[in-house]
Amino acid sequence: MKSALLPTAFGLLALVIWEGAVRLAHIPDYLLPGPIAIVGAFVADPWGLMVSLGSTLAVTFAALVVAAVLGVAMALAMAASRWAEAAIQPWAIVLQVTPLPAIAPLIIIWVGDPFTSLVVCAVVVAFFPVFANTATGLASPPAELADLFRLYGAGRARTLFLLRLPAALPFFLTGLRISGGLALVGAVVAEFVAGSGGFASGLAYRIMEAGYRLQVPRMFAALVLLSLAGIVINAGLGAFGRAVMRWRGDA
Amino acid sequence: MLTLSHVGRRFPGGTEALRDISLQLHPHDFLALLGPSGCGKSTLLRLIAGLDQPDSGTLAWSDGHAPGPGEIGYVFQDATLLPWASAAENVYLPLRLRGVPREAAQPAITAALARVGLTGFEAALPRQLSGGMRMRVSIARALVTKPRVLLMDEPFAALDEFTRHRLQLDLLGLWRDLGTTIVFVTHSIYEAAFLARRIVLMTPRPGRIEREIASPLTEGRDIRMDPAYAALVREISGAMEQAQGAA
Repeated sequence: MKSALLPTAFGLLALVIWEGAVRLAHIPDYLLPGPIAIVGAFVADPWGLMVSLGSTLAVTFAALVVAAVLGVAMALAMAASRWAEAAIQPWAIVLQVTPLPAIAPLIIIWVGDPFTSLVVCAVVVAFFPVFANTATGLASPPAELADLFRLYGAGRARTLFLLRLPAALPFFLTGLRISGGLALVGAVVAEFVAGSGGFASGLAYRIMEAGYRLQVPRMFAALVLLSLAGIVINAGLGAFGRAVMRWRGDA
Repeated sequence: MLTLSHVGRRFPGGTEALRDISLQLHPHDFLALLGPSGCGKSTLLRLIAGLDQPDSGTLAWSDGHAPGPGEIGYVFQDATLLPWASAAENVYLPLRLRGVPREAAQPAITAALARVGLTGFEAALPRQLSGGMRMRVSIARALVTKPRVLLMDEPFAALDEFTRHRLQLDLLGLWRDLGTTIVFVTHSIYEAAFLARRIVLMTPRPGRIEREIASPLTEGRDIRMDPAYAALVREISGAMEQAQGAA
């Protein structure tokens, strides 16, 4: 708890200075609203923003689940066969280096269904960390344990399931945590691209809408919600990872 | 049971790890490979285990073929247990890898854990055990297949003095009871003199056998207070110094 005290105090101090500076310098709300105005904008329409947050989070979690399943499946295929490794590796990197805003319009046109197309966009961003981490974990079990498996004549399949797969779990969990944050980023970016195409639901759309109407405090409120969601996702997946390792007994 | 003739091993990159190693291993041997780090002791152990192949020379097993899975037990310096598996599951591993069902393996697991004094710790996870106990699990795992040869690579080097002494005594007891051949890598003169029947001195760069000293001491008792033990330690130390002087 002590460790939370200092950052909290610092954050509060920064908010007070922010509010004070905005008031003293008479900065209008449409340029830079103070914290109180931002909270006010949230309180004025909490449901609208929360529903949008829910919509963005639905895309985020759907994308994270798809990215995790796909990432693990691809990493497993690579671990099981050298051919698959040679075939998949370059495409995974192509996927990673392609900027989402560049391909999001295409995805949205091709997929059609708004929710699905947003999820596909977010998967494109979230896929790589969970995939690459799991692949690394599968490829690098402790050398002496690998020797031991060799000594006892363990075949490829047994080594995979009894050693490499369980040894990859902490790598997967780290990748999942990174992918969680990226899934949110992907969802929001996709909403921005799609928003101009006309699906009105996520937080990104609220931000754009408020921007057009010069409701800057509302923009900030949506932004704060987004940051909070990111922090919660990151911390939640971190706690999830620790709980899994504790449950398995090796942490 | 095993004859090594003029075995050499050179790693990619040119380091010559072993040169002209000739050595015989007999049933119920207790052989210590003694030498400073970098003298190729572990490489030699890996060659015997079949985890690595020599570049020159031959390893000939007396029955004509290399030992199958489970005929060789291997204990590393680190206990190298599966951190997510209980003591019993770790001991089960070698049998599991050979396709033995859990039910059928249970008596062997129970016996192996009992032999290393870990009855009652079947369900314990590695992190719940002390370093010494983890090493005991590792030894039980190596013994569970009833290997003909037990290879140990500085297994007690990371343990504290008291635990090490306890485990050394227990290992002597196991060796006496089981009749397994043990090849034990160590860099401790005292440990080699205390445990082994044959002490093979090795020198580094490239790893070579300097000479072999037979222990006059016998059959797994605590000989630490025996004057003959002091004499043996002196003999080994003298041979070591001579070897280093020559090098």
